[in-house]
Amino acid sequence: MDYPSNVKLIRIPCTGRVDALHLMKAFEEGMDGVCVAGCLEGECHFLTGNLRAKKRVEYVKKVLSTLGINPERLQMYNLSAAMGAKFVEIASEVTDKIRAIGPSPVKTGRGREFAEEQKEGEES
Amino acid sequence: MKTGSRLEKILESGAFAVTSECGPPRGADADVIRKKGELLKEVVDAVNITDCQTSVVRMSSLSSCLILKQMGFDPIMQMVTRDRNRIAIQSDILGAAALGINNILCLSGDHQRFGDHPQSKNVYDIDSVQLIMTVKKMRDEEKFLNDEELTKPPRLFIGAAANPFADPFEIRALRLAKKVAAGVEFIQTQCIYNLGRFEAWMRQVVDMGLHEKVYILAGVTPLKSVGMARYMKNLVPGMDVPDELIERLKGVPKEKQSDEGIAICVETIQRVQKMEGVRGVHIMAIEWEEKVREIAQRAGLLPRPAA
Amino acid sequence: MITAEIKPIEEILEIIEPYDKIILAGCKECVAVCAAGGEKEVQFLASALRTARKSNGREVEIREVTLQRQCDPEYVEQIRDFAGDYQAILSIACGVGVQYMAEHYTIPAVPGLNTAFMGGAVQQGVWSEKCQGCGNCVLHLTGGICPITRCSKSLLNGPCGGSSNGKCEVNPEIECGWQLIIDRLKLLGEFESRYAELFPIKDWSTSRDGGLRKIVREDLKQ
Repeated sequence: MDYPSNVKLIRIPCTGRVDALHLMKAFEEGMDGVCVAGCLEGECHFLTGNLRAKKRVEYVKKVLSTLGINPERLQMYNLSAAMGAKFVEIASEVTDKIRAIGPSPVKTGRGREFAEEQKEGEES
Repeated sequence: MKTGSRLEKILESGAFAVTSECGPPRGADADVIRKKGELLKEVVDAVNITDCQTSVVRMSSLSSCLILKQMGFDPIMQMVTRDRNRIAIQSDILGAAALGINNILCLSGDHQRFGDHPQSKNVYDIDSVQLIMTVKKMRDEEKFLNDEELTKPPRLFIGAAANPFADPFEIRALRLAKKVAAGVEFIQTQCIYNLGRFEAWMRQVVDMGLHEKVYILAGVTPLKSVGMARYMKNLVPGMDVPDELIERLKGVPKEKQSDEGIAICVETIQRVQKMEGVRGVHIMAIEWEEKVREIAQRAGLLPRPAA
Repeated sequence: MITAEIKPIEEILEIIEPYDKIILAGCKECVAVCAAGGEKEVQFLASALRTARKSNGREVEIREVTLQRQCDPEYVEQIRDFAGDYQAILSIACGVGVQYMAEHYTIPAVPGLNTAFMGGAVQQGVWSEKCQGCGNCVLHLTGGICPITRCSKSLLNGPCGGSSNGKCEVNPEIECGWQLIIDRLKLLGEFESRYAELFPIKDWSTSRDGGLRKIVREDLKQ
């Protein structure tokens, strides 16, 4: 499988194992983006692990917004273990997206890149 | 007669009583009350002044009652327990009586979340049942709540509200019984649209013999439009507006709806007048006070007996 | 338990604005149970605060510590050895804990939570108010449901006329406390004997209205 070299893989038995703290720490350490890849909804081997992960991802996205960090840097995708090609596609998509957003303000120290009013504008 | 109340006199004489109510202004304007009073002259035996109804700040009930008294009315001061503790309550009771106000309606009051100052602190030191007990103790035992003697008892005719349309239905008559046990002397009900439910409640009340211990005045409010009927049905808690009534209003052209609403109100009065235990009617036409005379007239309630 | 909710992070950042070295102190009891100030929350908040500072080109050194509880001097003392190295204590215990920190140390003790009420879990992630600490419990008379807390108007002779379909007029998500009491009294076969009784006027002097409260056990005092 050929996916972009800037994507670091961390394998876990189930996305249910992902804690909000892991996601937060990744950004604290200066990661430009974080992607949580879990099983398709309804197909979690541990039944609801991926649903819990989804909620935690939503929570951390909100916290990132309040910290002035673009919540789009954190994404969750659902796919099955057999979908190798899809995985490569996702990895590339995420890489492009994050590159477009630019380096994380945690690295640059340049202050809020994201105002909450912006998000409301997007939603409407 | 326990007080100088005209309402008490009329009820004791066996006549069918008529009361109505006025909402005070949102400013220091006595003329607003006087104008409303003019509309009700010789139409009612007594008139309520609401006490910051729906938790919205208005001129006080006590002061508005005094203005009406000066015009020759027998005012009913509404008092809620939401905004004052027992110290202020006992104080206002003495003040009202000293100013010649003869009637008090004891209520808990709509929660301040409804009103224009939802951030205010709650009081609810006592509830409506306990307020009834308080007035009775001050008047008949001539004592404050702490059992100390007061110097001159407030001679107030004690009233309260009853809502046959709130839940749970089965205890509504029991709650009235509690108010009776506490010492209430007259009751005004929430406005009636569902006559069936009201009849069922009255039957329970009569079965319990409560109608012989307290004077019950049936509440009525004329509907101005389909919009108002829907609003009352959906957005006012403890209100029961049957669909048939809404359909009836829908069945007439828009400009005729208020007339239909008045006709419904008159019919309601005529029906409740025939029910055992109903000793009067309380016509609530807030911000439509000019219609009260017409309603009373058409229901055959005028002229009122002499004071 | 005493429940609390984390303050908005922007507010916490404003509160700690003057400081570059702080202790972030959590508590393993009530606030841990309601997921506001336990060890996990200490770790997450510390990470979030560092992230926020870094993105603004500033650092903050955070010493993370979670005490057994912050409402007992013996635990509050446990940070004595290193407190002097820091500029402030950001306490995510309940308001009691923050005050203990303030009393014991000469550096500022600031809150990271908004302490709310005495209550319990309704389901995972949901906590609801149950007790107002009125100091004179009457739960044996109301089927175990508190009229002071569960009735929006704290009526003792309820329900009021705004009870509709078992819901309170204030907010349709709030159950009418008196409906609950009546249902329960009926279930317990106590309705006939209890409901008709006139509940006397409450003595509020045992609650916060009577002034700051204290409990003294002479037999336990040293």
